[in-house]
Amino acid sequence: MSTINKHGLLIIREIEPLLPGNVSNIKDRIVSGIYRQAEDISAQAVRTESSYQASLETKLDGILTSRWLGFPIMLFLLTLVLWITITGANYPSQLLASGLFWIEKQLLNLFVTSGAPSWLTGVLILGMYRSLAWVVSVMLPPMAIFFPLFTLLEDLGYLPRVAFNMDNLFRRAGAHGKQCLTMCMGFGCNAAGVTSCRIIDSPRERLIAILTNTFSICNGRFPTLISLATIFMGTLVARAFSSTLATLAVVAIIMMGILTTLLVSYLLSRTLLQGVPSFFVLELPPFRKPQLGQILIRSLLDRTLFVLWRAVVIAAPAGALTWILANSFVADTSIFALIAGWLDPLGQLMGMDGIILIAFLLGLPANEIFLPILIMGYLSAGSMLELDSLNALRTLLLDHGWTWITALCVMLFSLLHFPCGTTLYTIFKETRSARWTIMAALIPLALGILVTLIVNQGARIINCFSAGFSG
Amino acid sequence: MIKTASLPVHGQEATKNFVIALAGNPNVGKSTVFNRLTGLKQHTGNWPGKTVTRAEGTFFHRNRHYTLVDLPGTYSLHASSTDEQVARDFICFARPDLTLVVCDATCLERNLNLVLQILEITDRVVLCVNLMDEAKRKGFRVDIDMLTHKLGIPVVGTAARSGRGLSRLKNVLDDMVAGKIVTTPQQVVYDPELETSINEIAKRLTPYLPDWINSRWAALRLLERDYSVLDHITDNKNKNYSPRILKKEVALCLQ
Repeated sequence: MSTINKHGLLIIREIEPLLPGNVSNIKDRIVSGIYRQAEDISAQAVRTESSYQASLETKLDGILTSRWLGFPIMLFLLTLVLWITITGANYPSQLLASGLFWIEKQLLNLFVTSGAPSWLTGVLILGMYRSLAWVVSVMLPPMAIFFPLFTLLEDLGYLPRVAFNMDNLFRRAGAHGKQCLTMCMGFGCNAAGVTSCRIIDSPRERLIAILTNTFSICNGRFPTLISLATIFMGTLVARAFSSTLATLAVVAIIMMGILTTLLVSYLLSRTLLQGVPSFFVLELPPFRKPQLGQILIRSLLDRTLFVLWRAVVIAAPAGALTWILANSFVADTSIFALIAGWLDPLGQLMGMDGIILIAFLLGLPANEIFLPILIMGYLSAGSMLELDSLNALRTLLLDHGWTWITALCVMLFSLLHFPCGTTLYTIFKETRSARWTIMAALIPLALGILVTLIVNQGARIINCFSAGFSG
Repeated sequence: MIKTASLPVHGQEATKNFVIALAGNPNVGKSTVFNRLTGLKQHTGNWPGKTVTRAEGTFFHRNRHYTLVDLPGTYSLHASSTDEQVARDFICFARPDLTLVVCDATCLERNLNLVLQILEITDRVVLCVNLMDEAKRKGFRVDIDMLTHKLGIPVVGTAARSGRGLSRLKNVLDDMVAGKIVTTPQQVVYDPELETSINEIAKRLTPYLPDWINSRWAALRLLERDYSVLDHITDNKNKNYSPRILKKEVALCLQ
């Protein structure tokens, strides 16, 4: 686009020696010069009457975005939201599970007494209905609590403050400050997060934001993390602290996702996508009194039910497919067990097993169905035929050799693996490049394999040592 | 009664079309001001996403014909985004007869950043401090006279939603166009070291620049390594340089 003519070149040739070297420093100084003047003029021209709402807002902003308190407050709010979610979701989850599995029994009876063929009963009830029941009972309560809380923070105007706090970190990583906002969108849904990257104008920085968006834990993955954390991390300590520890585990995974975002952004901006971050002005909109009714309706209808519906639509056929795979036999072994057998060595290296890896692979259309597929996989492998509560889920997983290391590796791999199908399609639409879409899948996958390998092997070594000491 | 007789019409003036650029931060009621002035019903958000389309409207006032160009709402003119580039290029290179900047009275400080940047480009600026009603409700008192004095340009307080202050705004715009108002825009003073560089570069640039480009502003852009300013210094004979050759030449120059 630039067509600098001969005159322009002459000018550059003459001026260039006069220009000081550090460009970003000069840009900062120019901006701060303008800001100082604006501050000065407005201080003289604007009078604020008494301690009104405005000064309260300014004070609040001073605290929320302060150098020392900004980050602890962010961390505290995140932990609080997750703690409320985990503590609050426990009981309704149990209730829903027992209700839905009671219905399953009735349906099974109905099918059996009406003399339906066993394969039909298998596909419809044990395949489709059961995975639906799991999706609903595991996902609905956390979402119904988490989304309104998150929307509440959004409505208050807290998210731009988060972006303000994080801006410097993103800039140092060579990325655009607005990437923090797209990252926050990603906590809802990565596909939505990728689309929101349009707010970043520079193609280089937009691509960085798109490629790293999957490191934001999305709605599809929160329930998996929350239930695994509750089942495994929560039971490591006394009952009174179990929700707290489960919360901290999820917070740690989220923080790790944010750190990975920064690290990968940094590496990309030093290698494949080199360049200098462009700067921008971020508006801190006034705090608004949140409209509670609106929040409840919007977050429950638009987000909770929307995500649940998406999960249901994908879980039903995936559940049926899993049941068919688990019940089609090639010489005594089901196809499911066969594939699981192939994947098992790799899974073991990464602290998991073949069935877990199948669940991740079949979960490509939507992360939401990871847990249902996993459960179906284990159930078809035999030890237990009925599963009707979170406690039963814990027993099932323990029966299949799970330890807290397995749970940790699954949680880490849930953070670091390929984005879901919808997100990949969105990335392709936004970048119009098969190459970058493949990169978007390979970068997190490679990281995930690497991290789980290290964690698993490390944990084993530590286990060996401690066993040696105690033995 | 003969309508035109009462108005002093200076031949050309009557047929000339005066272009006013409408600039401002997003969400300051720019579009409301636009609609109030032109009588149009433009919907807000004229720049959705990537499609950069200009909204234009016309109006008559005191027998002069005006075209109002609604620019994208921006926080600054650093040309780091398409919106900012469009706004900046229009204000600087399209040479509107004047630029009307709309401000939000409830957060004047932030809005003044843009005003100061525009004042670096041109001195033909009128400031409209909008949302005066809301500011009053929130407990802010904006001293319009002080602003006029400090900025060195005409400032009008408005509440565009209720239409307050808009006829006064039209009169001020007209007075500016008629040359009845002389502005002495406030210039940003940077740190001493930067000022030295700016002055030196501006001095060297002056002979090359057309007189309507502020050499101080151009110097600042070059200091930021933003060479796009130079695109607009046209030398008609050499217009057909291919980008490849130009890139090579620039590379040679920078060695």
